Amino acid sequence: MNVRTSLDTLATVESPQVGHAAHHHAHDDGSKTLFGFWVYLMTDCLIFATLFATFGVLVDNVAGGPSGKQLFDLPYVGGETLLLLVSSFTFGLASLAMHAGDRAKVLNWLVITFVLGAGFIGMEVKEFAHLVADGAGPDRSAFLSAYFTLVGTHGLHVTAGLVWLAVMMHQTLHFGLDDVVKRRLACLSLFWHFLDLVWVCVFTVVYLRGAI
Amino acid sequence: MLSKLPSVAGRIALPFMLLALAGCDRIELLDPQGAIGEQEKNLILIAVGLMLLVVIPVMALTVFFAWRYRASNTKATYAPKWSHSTGIEVVVWSIPCVIVLMLAVLIWRTTHTLDPYRRLESQATPVNVEVVSLDWKWLFIYPDYGVASVNELAVPTGAPINFRLTSDSMMNSFFIPELGSQVYTMAGMQTQLHLVADRPGTYPGRSASFSGPGFSDMNFDTQAMSWDQFNAWIKQAKAAPAILDEATLKALEQPSEKTPPTIYASAVPGLFDRIVDRFMTARMPKTASLSGPICTPDESVSRRND
Amino acid sequence: MFGKLTLDAVPWHEPIIMGTGVVVALGGLGVLALITYFQLWGYLWKEWITSVDHKRIGVMYFILGIVMLLRGFADALMMRTQQAIASTGSAGFLPPHHYDQVFTAHGVIMIFFVATPFIIGLMNVVMPLQIGARDVAFPFLNSLSFWFSAFGGALVMISMWVGDFAAMGWVAYPPMTELGMSPSTGVDYYLWSLQLSGVGTTLTGVNFIATILRMRAPGMNMMKMPVFVWATLITNILIAAVFPVLTATFAMLAADRYLGMHFFTNEAGGNAMMYINLFWVWGHPEVYILILPLFGVFSEVIPTFSGKPLFGYTSMVYATAAIGVLSFFVYLHHFFTMGSGADVNAFFGIMTTIISIPTGVKLFNWLFTMYRGRVRFHSATLWTVGFMFTFTFGGMTGVLLAVPGADFVLHNSLFLVAHFHNVIIGGVVFGSFAGMNFWFPKVFGFKLNDFWGKVSFWCWLIGYWLAFTPLYILGLKGMTRRLNHFYVPDWQPYLFVALLGALVIGAGILAMLIQFAVSIKDRKKNVDLTGDPWNARSLEWSTASPAPFYNFAIVPHITSLEQHWEDKERGRAWRKETDYEDIHMPRNSGVGFVMGAFGFVLGFALIWHIWWLAAIGLVGMVGAFLSRTYDRDIDYYVPAAEVARIENERHALLAKAV
Repeated sequence: MNVRTSLDTLATVESPQVGHAAHHHAHDDGSKTLFGFWVYLMTDCLIFATLFATFGVLVDNVAGGPSGKQLFDLPYVGGETLLLLVSSFTFGLASLAMHAGDRAKVLNWLVITFVLGAGFIGMEVKEFAHLVADGAGPDRSAFLSAYFTLVGTHGLHVTAGLVWLAVMMHQTLHFGLDDVVKRRLACLSLFWHFLDLVWVCVFTVVYLRGAI
Repeated sequence: MLSKLPSVAGRIALPFMLLALAGCDRIELLDPQGAIGEQEKNLILIAVGLMLLVVIPVMALTVFFAWRYRASNTKATYAPKWSHSTGIEVVVWSIPCVIVLMLAVLIWRTTHTLDPYRRLESQATPVNVEVVSLDWKWLFIYPDYGVASVNELAVPTGAPINFRLTSDSMMNSFFIPELGSQVYTMAGMQTQLHLVADRPGTYPGRSASFSGPGFSDMNFDTQAMSWDQFNAWIKQAKAAPAILDEATLKALEQPSEKTPPTIYASAVPGLFDRIVDRFMTARMPKTASLSGPICTPDESVSRRND
Repeated sequence: MFGKLTLDAVPWHEPIIMGTGVVVALGGLGVLALITYFQLWGYLWKEWITSVDHKRIGVMYFILGIVMLLRGFADALMMRTQQAIASTGSAGFLPPHHYDQVFTAHGVIMIFFVATPFIIGLMNVVMPLQIGARDVAFPFLNSLSFWFSAFGGALVMISMWVGDFAAMGWVAYPPMTELGMSPSTGVDYYLWSLQLSGVGTTLTGVNFIATILRMRAPGMNMMKMPVFVWATLITNILIAAVFPVLTATFAMLAADRYLGMHFFTNEAGGNAMMYINLFWVWGHPEVYILILPLFGVFSEVIPTFSGKPLFGYTSMVYATAAIGVLSFFVYLHHFFTMGSGADVNAFFGIMTTIISIPTGVKLFNWLFTMYRGRVRFHSATLWTVGFMFTFTFGGMTGVLLAVPGADFVLHNSLFLVAHFHNVIIGGVVFGSFAGMNFWFPKVFGFKLNDFWGKVSFWCWLIGYWLAFTPLYILGLKGMTRRLNHFYVPDWQPYLFVALLGALVIGAGILAMLIQFAVSIKDRKKNVDLTGDPWNARSLEWSTASPAPFYNFAIVPHITSLEQHWEDKERGRAWRKETDYEDIHMPRNSGVGFVMGAFGFVLGFALIWHIWWLAAIGLVGMVGAFLSRTYDRDIDYYVPAAEVARIENERHALLAKAV
């Protein structure tokens, strides 16, 4: 459910500005939406916190099955990580281009970000498929349930981010870089960097700690 | 001062409790039959008494102020702008603080003395009982005597009873109201409880935590009796026709309701630990860590669940 | 094709359920027929269903709460009747499987679909008005939140006739709720209805935090916010902080049931205690989410009807904030008997008693607000005084339960049941009705009938004490909760008295329904022309009743905590302006309703494993949402001339009243 909520928050209306009676014809400057989006990100952060806590409790409960040490391929996951980190960087470049008002550049960087993000998801799906094929699926043990759910929830968020990216690319083409599109891109950028940050925690807590 | 106040407070509370319970019935928790229950009764009375010191004035003032300052009473003072008084503020913050401070001391002390895991200090020989909650009945194993029973618990009076508890399926709560504390039973966990029955009698026990359709019939009688009678009970149990082995356990694991009390002449040693371990081994850590359970195949060490 | 859903899912052979079904169906058809007869469909769609106006959404939340209250109360009556007769060998009239569903549904409905809609409804109606805003920060999101909650409630209702509802108590502890032990659809109804409404509640939290922090009228700094706004702020911070935990926890339980995972199972390393911890990490702050807004209501009602400012505003604010913070450090008191160490138990016990300090301070502050006042006994006042009297006792039993040594014998008993009904009825319900009677004219323009309001109050007050005092005693007699039948004849007389109490509460509910009918009939007589029927103190009473859709023609400038009172004192209130400006407003949108409906489809399909339908539900939700992101016609301007026309009408009425 929470994946969709990330999109929902975007759908905010420019509601009547209050407290700025003198400039009442001005649209929302976006600060309210961005602030609301920050609050939303905090709620999402708590979902991840819950999943991390559960993972921490269940990590040793392998029920005679494989542990992280036997399963995780650090170089492979390192590759995934690299893709996502670089995609954050390219989104940063898209944001810079947006502030410069260069629509073509924005689109270019968004496409590159999308490709990198899709690559990340592709690698993750392959990793999951590999684990399931090896009999280390989410139903094997509590540890694997927690692992698949934590990593998978992040993956679902990234997937939602990809859909959002695609929509924003289209809206940039369709509407140009107007205030609404800019505001939404700003929110998406927050979302994307947030997911990057969560992934750093996943990489550290799940993979590094598991492999050592 | 602080140590005296609770007993004073307890004396204040008692008549109020009795007043509230105007019926002629016996109030079981206020007439406990064992030392643990006794302490818990005193704790309830002291805590309630302490709180009534504030609660009664507040409830009375609520009614009094509402009445006294009713709009039609023009004789009462009217101070339409008055909304602050440092003096009153200090008092209204301090009163609850003082009460809570006393309660905190009380809580800290009694939570430790009444910890269900704490062994009771006694000259008498303790009796060990292993409790397994099944769907929907109670299994009691007496490891020292090699006998077992379903839905009937016999204990000698005055002897500390050391319970080890687990569940074979649903979560339940083992509770004999007249003896005192309850504790949860959970599959793959082992909890502990220490109680004592000071007077002979029959004390109903039940599950306090809902566990499914047969829950309302998870009742058992606790027979508290003298040591002589208890020894006779054990002797009689050893002569019972049924025995508790893996096959019997399998049959008992089938969900059933309103299971009549049954005695088993012998119980296979280590049955309790095997029930715990069946689920616990899956939780066995690679290395015993602080957060994980500590459990080795032949000896399961009691562990705190938190 | 239809997953697990077959015609056998309908409990044809259960006369009670099918009878209720017929009554509900006939009632529903009657309502639909009336709407069609009076040609109200267009009006309902345009003015209510698609509305993004916070006042209308608040009203719809309240209606949802009242409808679900009737259902939840019917469950309560069945439980009380069952327990009153099922003594010593008698099986009563409800077999365990049905009875277990009834008490589960009662708890779920009362917490999630009665108490929660009441408080969110009140916050919706009142908070933007009190801060001088024209709507909430994200009006569309607000509509979406409501429809998620409403369709979540619909899922619970439909479980009565299609399949079954959960039969494990409203807390849904595993391992009982795992697939192996509860294979029917009951737990799935529970999970998906609460996921749907929970997402709605979380979004409300985000929305209201942004509203309060970003949309206050100029001059209203934090310490000029009315206490109700403070309470709303803290409540919504708590919502945003804990509802995600519930969402994640339910998602994990769903993963266990749907994907064979092992979070909370007995087998393969699952840990049911993890669920219990996480549930109460949400659950304890949740009780403060429910009660804090009502503390806010009382803080508005008492000063108004005592003709005095609130005593100790600053300590009220700090007490509210302190409760919010402390509420995170007490949750373990819900399971002292799980075998935690004495140190852990003692810590959480002491933290729980500490939370009674700010709560006690609040009670004293309300007392000293009445002190040297001129108390007018409107029904809102009665609800408030009844609350102070009743809640104090419930607070005491709560602290008693927080003493681990006492909890060891009182836990899971009817004493506990009596305690939380004491604070929820005495606090949340009394507070909601106080707020409803207080703010009703602000939304509808006429006052509620006070006589029937008072009848309702006395029935509820007497009924509460009659119904739950016996349960306190039964708890001390060792009676545990959720028993379908029992073998102790001693208990039965108490349970009869409790049933009697429930019937008296039922009379209170009936009186409230009569109050609505009479008030609507006499609406011309009880009309409020001034916008300030109670001689009140805060900003919302400075605008018209009913408040215009834009709330304030001119955004007020705040100079005082009790702005409206100060304006009245200085003769500045209700001054007619001459110069109006265009007002920027959001357009109504049906997307919230459509997304909620698709959410319902998604939930229903998941419950019955109808995967293609689930896909339709999901795609429908996302599609409806995306379509909105392409809609650029989502707001408009009310021309200054139109504002002037509305305001002139209002001032004409005002002149008539004076």
